[in-house]
Amino acid sequence: MGWLFAVALGLHRKSFAIVLLSLIPIAVGHALAIALVAFLMAGAGTLIDPRLVRIVCGALLIGWALYHWRYGHRHRVRVGMQAGFAGLALWSFLMASAHGAGLMLWPALGPLCFPEGGVGDISLRPFMAALAGVSVHTLAMLTVTGLMATLVYAWLGLGILRQAWFNIDALWIAALLVTGVILLVL
Amino acid sequence: MASLMKPDPSFYPSPRMAMKAAPETLAYVAAFDPGRKVPDAIAVVDVDPKSKTYSKIVNTVSMPNAGDELHHFGWNACSSCLCPNAPHPHSERRYLVVPGLRSSRIHILDTKPNAKKPKIVKVIEAEEVAERAGYTRPHTVHCGPEGIYVAALGNAEGKAPGGIFLMDHQTFDIRGQWEVERGPQQLAYDAWWHLGYDTLVTSEWGTPDMFENGLVPEILLGAKYGRRLHFWDLHKRKHLQTIDFGEEYQLVFELRPAHDPTKAYGFVNCVVSLKDLSSSIWVWHRDGNKWAVTKVIDIPAEPADAEKLPPVLKGFGAVPPLVTDIDLSMDDRFLYVACWGTGDLHQYDVSDPFNPKLTGKVRIGGIVAQAGHPAHKGPLSGGPQMVEISRDGKRIYFTNSLYGAIDPQFYPDGIEGWMVKLDARPEGGIAFDPKFFVKWPAPHRPHQVRLEGGDCSSDSYCYP
Repeated sequence: MGWLFAVALGLHRKSFAIVLLSLIPIAVGHALAIALVAFLMAGAGTLIDPRLVRIVCGALLIGWALYHWRYGHRHRVRVGMQAGFAGLALWSFLMASAHGAGLMLWPALGPLCFPEGGVGDISLRPFMAALAGVSVHTLAMLTVTGLMATLVYAWLGLGILRQAWFNIDALWIAALLVTGVILLVL
Repeated sequence: MASLMKPDPSFYPSPRMAMKAAPETLAYVAAFDPGRKVPDAIAVVDVDPKSKTYSKIVNTVSMPNAGDELHHFGWNACSSCLCPNAPHPHSERRYLVVPGLRSSRIHILDTKPNAKKPKIVKVIEAEEVAERAGYTRPHTVHCGPEGIYVAALGNAEGKAPGGIFLMDHQTFDIRGQWEVERGPQQLAYDAWWHLGYDTLVTSEWGTPDMFENGLVPEILLGAKYGRRLHFWDLHKRKHLQTIDFGEEYQLVFELRPAHDPTKAYGFVNCVVSLKDLSSSIWVWHRDGNKWAVTKVIDIPAEPADAEKLPPVLKGFGAVPPLVTDIDLSMDDRFLYVACWGTGDLHQYDVSDPFNPKLTGKVRIGGIVAQAGHPAHKGPLSGGPQMVEISRDGKRIYFTNSLYGAIDPQFYPDGIEGWMVKLDARPEGGIAFDPKFFVKWPAPHRPHQVRLEGGDCSSDSYCYP
């Protein structure tokens, strides 16, 4: 929901530039959250069997889905509308982490990092692959949020929130669950 | 289960949009028995002018025990669920959270599937509130970014400090004390916030021993009741600043921050000045890096024949206005001020918050005036007290009882409950709706009013 935060800040400060500028720390926080997990997984894959990493990752995602289903509405709110660059980055980092962050990318990143699936790959390749994956994901995320924020701020207006805000939380729980299962069984 | 495709239709991103909401058809009103013999109740009042039962109580939901003293209450979720930093768009505005101010028991009423027939679905006993939150005497209930915020007047032992605790807005678990750093705050009363400024504001009344048997003259004349505002970091939960109104001012009560989240000001009423019994309205606002207050309205006491005054006022020869509630319209343009002592209800244009202009006035009840109503000739007891404004600003509802132990201090002959409605003109001016007069069935007296779908003191907004 980074685009919505950016729109709100733009509305508060009556500036479209603020909408676009806010997206940068939001992308940075998001990238840091997934990079952290992706590197951890890549690192783990060099030490233990990447298939085991897949299984752990899948189990974590299923646990995450259950947690969200039960307690997803119960977040400690740490960042408000006065957020600056660091606050937005922190918020985005926390939001991404709370939603499973890098774990969700592992079905795509795993095969990129360990194409041969072998243990003991001590080269930098898994990390470079993870970095590339995170970068591509972040750029894509920045483009989509920028587009959403611009559309809502400049054309659609806030009324769209009442009409078109479908239950992303429910969808996300399903996505966590499905991704977890895919990692476990495929 | 909440809708999958859209947020709750009663959630609005901004106050501007909330003003376009359809008119309410029902009002929920807290009613209590001052004798503490008959259980208190939430009454459902028909406020749909097209209905045959308009201005009638169409249902009464009795609490399971007697003596709760229902007072203020609120919704489990509201428009702040659309905030971008903590979105819960698919929560439902469905449950009324109804505390007993005296019993410290909290009742959860489900308003679905039939809004006219809410059902009690959960009762949280005082012991559980005290054990989990460390507080008793729950008062104000607000839905907000982290769930349900409840301002409580006493700690677990019924002493200072009072404070705020959080409740889960779906399971209603008591989640514990809100404050991380309390600073010098001891007394509690109301709480609300500026979502745009990450700031929470609290006001002060007193600890339970200071009001549960009525106002204590020595405490009042010693200026020992609440007289301060406290400003907090809403998300770090830390005390930031205290503003003391000074020795002259007692009972700093209802907090009405601007609904527009980009505006950093709000209104608060001070019930009585020890100098001349006047009431006053103050604006809190930014002053450099700090908060400050400025008095913007003074309402003087009215000279009166001592014969007609209750014992507590005889020596003064005047009837104090006793402004005990205020409410701000959704567009932050009109402030309604209830003078429970004189029986006046004032409407001010506060477009410029520092220069309010009186734009309307009605009188009903009052300690001396005992003024009637178009639908009820003859004297009325009590006076304008809890005020609620419809989201579109066109209808104003109010009731006439303050608090069981204080009512007889100012109205020793007793208060017969009533609820009335005003119609407001868009450019200012108010008048009684001659068709709306609810004579409250004894032994209950009505207190806070909440309107179906939200009202002007229930919701807060993150977008301008």
